[in-house]
Amino acid sequence: MGGQAGLDLGTGIWPYVFLLGIGFLATEPWRYLGVFLARRVDIESEILKWVRAVSTALVAGLVARMLLFPAGALAEVPLLLRLSAFAIGALGFFLFRQTMIIGVALGAGAIFLGQYIQ
Amino acid sequence: MTGGPDNLSAPAWARGAGWGQAFFQGVKRLPSTPVLVVICTFIGFGALARETGLTLGQAAFLNFIMFALPNQVVLVDQIAHGATLATAFFAVLLAGVRLLPLTVSLMPLLNAERASLKWRLPLMAHFIAITVWVESMRRLPQIPSNLRVPYFFGFGLALMAATLLGTVLGYSLSANVPTSLAAVLLFLTPIYFFLSLIIVVQTHMDKAAIILGLILGPIFFFLMPGFDLLLAGLVGGTLAYGGARWAGKRD
Repeated sequence: MGGQAGLDLGTGIWPYVFLLGIGFLATEPWRYLGVFLARRVDIESEILKWVRAVSTALVAGLVARMLLFPAGALAEVPLLLRLSAFAIGALGFFLFRQTMIIGVALGAGAIFLGQYIQ
Repeated sequence: MTGGPDNLSAPAWARGAGWGQAFFQGVKRLPSTPVLVVICTFIGFGALARETGLTLGQAAFLNFIMFALPNQVVLVDQIAHGATLATAFFAVLLAGVRLLPLTVSLMPLLNAERASLKWRLPLMAHFIAITVWVESMRRLPQIPSNLRVPYFFGFGLALMAATLLGTVLGYSLSANVPTSLAAVLLFLTPIYFFLSLIIVVQTHMDKAAIILGLILGPIFFFLMPGFDLLLAGLVGGTLAYGGARWAGKRD
């Protein structure tokens, strides 16, 4: 799935223009707005709560997508192994008091070794 | 209100230090476990960018102009799957909202209201991303206020250089390592993002948003590919927010 044609960015200087137009212009305004709003806004305000929820759900959706419908080399790893490695990483993360490096290392180790065990 | 009195528990190097020394101290903070993890995930970004068909120059360019990994991955993902420039733009825009509260809470620590700092504000803001934020919130209060800006720039620039290195490394590695290892590089991003979401969970709303996003992302990918991230964010986030409000009102 997901086999629709990728976005054509053109050649030469054009890809950079598009990347700047999308990447920079969709990212940087939040930082500038933050500078402007600093001390003027309540971080716990309702609108900010909502945007935090939207942004969190979007990134979570991305996580599920990257895991279920991955790109390139990861697509050649069976789905069951991808999900198991993910679960192992998450489990290690929780067992070791939410230590990021342990979760990431265990997950990465599991998906690497798993490919040789089958 | 500059985030605590000066020199109360200032580090030893801060005594009589100038801008150069403070900048260097910021650079020296780089080698640490969180930064190691971040570099690994930028290696993952480099690998992903190559799979998507970006050139190495374009991948590094994105890293430089955006300096916010989730946004970079969303953009690369949208280029791979997305239908239009507009959906890509809005998906990145929604992912980037995370930067707003980070900036709002960090700026007062950098004494950003001082007129002499005005011209530097956009430049300073560009370095605000989650790793820099965590490091700054932890260290800046102990540093005398006149040395905070150079310290911040030292750490930010060093981290930018390290992530660029990670991107270049991931891009070139994924072309040259066996498939089994390239798969590991691509696996780093989803697991890191997932754990990062968990680590900042404060409320039931956050938890609900994570779960709804995980479920809705793949569903919308089948129903409306190209709009899937936007819809997972808007629908999942709004449901999580609405649900939390409703539950709160009932109590």
